Amino acid sequence: MSEQYPALVVIGPLLCALLVSVAGWLRPRLCLPLAIVGLGIAAAASTGLLAQVLATGPVSYRLGGWAPPWGIVYYVDNLSAVVAALVSWVALFNLAASYRTAMTDYPEKIGPFYTLYVLAVTGMLGMVVTGDAFNLYVLLEITSLTGYALIGLAGGRAPLASLNYLFLGTIGASFYLLGVGYLYIVTGSLNMADLAKLLTPLYGSLALLAAFAITLVGLWMKMAFFPLHAWLPNAYGFAPAPAASLLAPLMTKVMVYVMIRVMISVFTVEFILQEVALSQFVVWLAVAAMVAGALMALGQRDLKRMLAYIVVAEVGYMVGGAWLGNKMAMTGAILHIINDAVMTFCVFLAAGCIYQKTRGTAFEDLQGLFKKMPWTMTALAAGALAMIGVPPFCGFFSKWYLIRGGLEAGHWGFVGALLFSSLVNVVLFFRIFEIAFFEPMSHGHGGHGGHGEQAKAIALTEAPLSMLLPLLAAALGLVALGLATGPLVEKIILPIIPAGLG
Amino acid sequence: MKALALAIVALVGGLLISATVDFPDWGDPASPASLHVSPHYVEKTMEETSVPNIVTAVLADYRGFDTMFETTVVFTAGVACFLLLRRREPRPGPSRVYRHRATGVIVEMSQPPDTEPAPEVFKRIDDDWTPHDLIVMNVCRLLIPFIQLFGLYVIAHGHHSPGGGFQGGVILGASVILLALSWDLRTATTRMKETATGLMSATGVFIYAGVGALALAMGGNFLDYAALSPILMVDPVAARSLGIFFVEVGVGLAVMATMVLIYRNLASEGHLDQGL
Amino acid sequence: MEEYIPLFLTKYNYWVYITLMMIGLWAMIAKNNLVKKIVGMNIFQTAIILFYVSIGAKYGATIPILQHGSGHGHEAAVHAADYINPLPHVLMLTAIVVSVATLGVALALVIKIHQRHRTLEEDEILEQLRES
Repeated sequence: MSEQYPALVVIGPLLCALLVSVAGWLRPRLCLPLAIVGLGIAAAASTGLLAQVLATGPVSYRLGGWAPPWGIVYYVDNLSAVVAALVSWVALFNLAASYRTAMTDYPEKIGPFYTLYVLAVTGMLGMVVTGDAFNLYVLLEITSLTGYALIGLAGGRAPLASLNYLFLGTIGASFYLLGVGYLYIVTGSLNMADLAKLLTPLYGSLALLAAFAITLVGLWMKMAFFPLHAWLPNAYGFAPAPAASLLAPLMTKVMVYVMIRVMISVFTVEFILQEVALSQFVVWLAVAAMVAGALMALGQRDLKRMLAYIVVAEVGYMVGGAWLGNKMAMTGAILHIINDAVMTFCVFLAAGCIYQKTRGTAFEDLQGLFKKMPWTMTALAAGALAMIGVPPFCGFFSKWYLIRGGLEAGHWGFVGALLFSSLVNVVLFFRIFEIAFFEPMSHGHGGHGGHGEQAKAIALTEAPLSMLLPLLAAALGLVALGLATGPLVEKIILPIIPAGLG
Repeated sequence: MKALALAIVALVGGLLISATVDFPDWGDPASPASLHVSPHYVEKTMEETSVPNIVTAVLADYRGFDTMFETTVVFTAGVACFLLLRRREPRPGPSRVYRHRATGVIVEMSQPPDTEPAPEVFKRIDDDWTPHDLIVMNVCRLLIPFIQLFGLYVIAHGHHSPGGGFQGGVILGASVILLALSWDLRTATTRMKETATGLMSATGVFIYAGVGALALAMGGNFLDYAALSPILMVDPVAARSLGIFFVEVGVGLAVMATMVLIYRNLASEGHLDQGL
Repeated sequence: MEEYIPLFLTKYNYWVYITLMMIGLWAMIAKNNLVKKIVGMNIFQTAIILFYVSIGAKYGATIPILQHGSGHGHEAAVHAADYINPLPHVLMLTAIVVSVATLGVALALVIKIHQRHRTLEEDEILEQLRES
């Protein structure tokens, strides 16, 4: 069975998503168990795959039994295995945590909701394990379509935010498709490993440079890299809580993974460092992303929107790390994909818990929450400390690698921006804790819609256990990941850093 | 905004045009795209899959995994439209409109009646659109079975001529949409119930993925139809051809049901009672 | 200028697709009406489909469907140069499906926006949002 793991990672959740859809029409009570089974299969298979890859080296899997480059292959190395495991476990925890919100908010549409939820995860997992450039596009579109629907599901401004995301997301995905077309026209292949071989004699051709530029801009749009981030804050800020805590931690991280995959496995670092020579420019864009994300987060008066702007800044960390052009920074960028997924999950889930109880995440809704929801706020504090970068939380270690990479490259702007954005995170989170700890709960404060008052009127208590347990697990995961940094870097990340990096 | 848009368009267009210098000429038989991967498809398809239509063979076999997710994309769009739009509560606002069949007199009821009037005496019609064209209705009634038959032919004949699951599925879906246009949405919904449509769209994708999973259970790789030869009792090459046919049927089913699902939800803003 | 004329004549397929694509992009950025933006998005996607399909073309080749009637293994050898490249057509079948699916979801979102704001002009919607 173990040789079928790469297929099971994607097929398990896909088949279960279809069963969830059928159950949604016939027996809605079965939807949640089936969704759990689907993501459980994915989590088990991806964990098994990770163990297998670590034991025996990269695994490739021929779909339909056709050899590459004629058929589609899955190619799983350390990087894809660890990201796949991360995606499937975070999605599973979030499913467990969010079922109560989904049940209360969308009782009639539970079937389609879980169908799209599981399909979104299927798409992300497929993008992570695939070794075919065009297959990646199809899976990207599955994840995007499910994302648009899950975000647009909430009322209010969510549909407009989702439509804007759809426009920019479609341009981004189409650019990626066009870039793949350019690669196809100059090489005749779609397989990533085959492309890497065929591209070597073409270095210096204008078509190849254009292909690289278009692909990259497309991926940047999808990951909300500054200045193409405009869709993200609204989309994630107005999204329903269960969708926000699924998409915000995973979608941008998977796109950063895809960018790194395209950089190291298709175009190769030699091409990027010698032929493109845009590293400086991209790192300065990343600097701008960090600074702008941090400054815009300062201007927000709502927890979820503030977190969404922090995501914009975090994307800057990872893109900058990947483009600094040395091993240390690349290690930091990959480590930060893992850490940031868990950190973002932790804080967005905490916001989801708060929303479940107060029905709002504006700063006024947070007053006095430390007394009422001590565990949720402790987990939020853990996530905040990790985002600021306090040891032994995991955020510290990836930032440490990134800063050392920045110093090695002599890029002071990057180092400075990283420290600046961490300091702004301190201000951001302590402002929240001040409100939640010291400001007493006020009754009927003016100028702010009815939902706060209604929520305060009912007795505010801790979030339900089904939400709290995954949240606390995520918070503990932050410490565990931090303590496991050494083996994580040595066993998993270092072997896949390409030798061409300085 | 216009100036910014113009700048972006000029910049992107300039970049794209400048890259075309290195591209092969239009129709050049010696371009890399025509020499690397595709000759294998053209020369070996008959031998390896016994399907004369190379596009079908590549679509459903060599790159069948893409196509499975392509079907999933269609399914996703259907579920997404349902999730975003479907509303169970009745449409607010005006009244229901009925036509007295014998006299053609139109009656408007300001309050929705507790019991529907007898359908053979009073026919419910849409508020703002009253199709009562004898010719259109009857010509469409005559045409729809033939359209559906043609849809089935296109699905089944995809091995030998242009066609296949997507094209046939769209034709089948269009026949139901034609019924909704020429009669009304309620007629089309009673002929093809909402639950059945939803189930068909999931079943179609399930057939595709299920054939793949069956191959996996038989000891082959996922979607390796050759592994199905013991069940189908044919040689592996013929098993590939048959496997392609099975998945095309699944695709056709999913596409037809999803087209109808999307049309209904969009046309009636999710109420499924009336609308264009 | 003279050297660009043959460039234009032998590669006109790329010029056509780029022109169409830029029309779509322009509509998506500059138009005010949401449905017009969606129309632009469709033109944009269709331009890419046109580009891919034009890659498959080959002078002196026919559609990639082999002759009927010959059992496999017995027919005369098939030459790749006689048939156009099937792969771009396969890929574009996928891209067409994706663009239809995106169109469906976009229209569903537009209906939801219209239900709330009763307009599809972006400036009017933003005006309403500023007032609330």
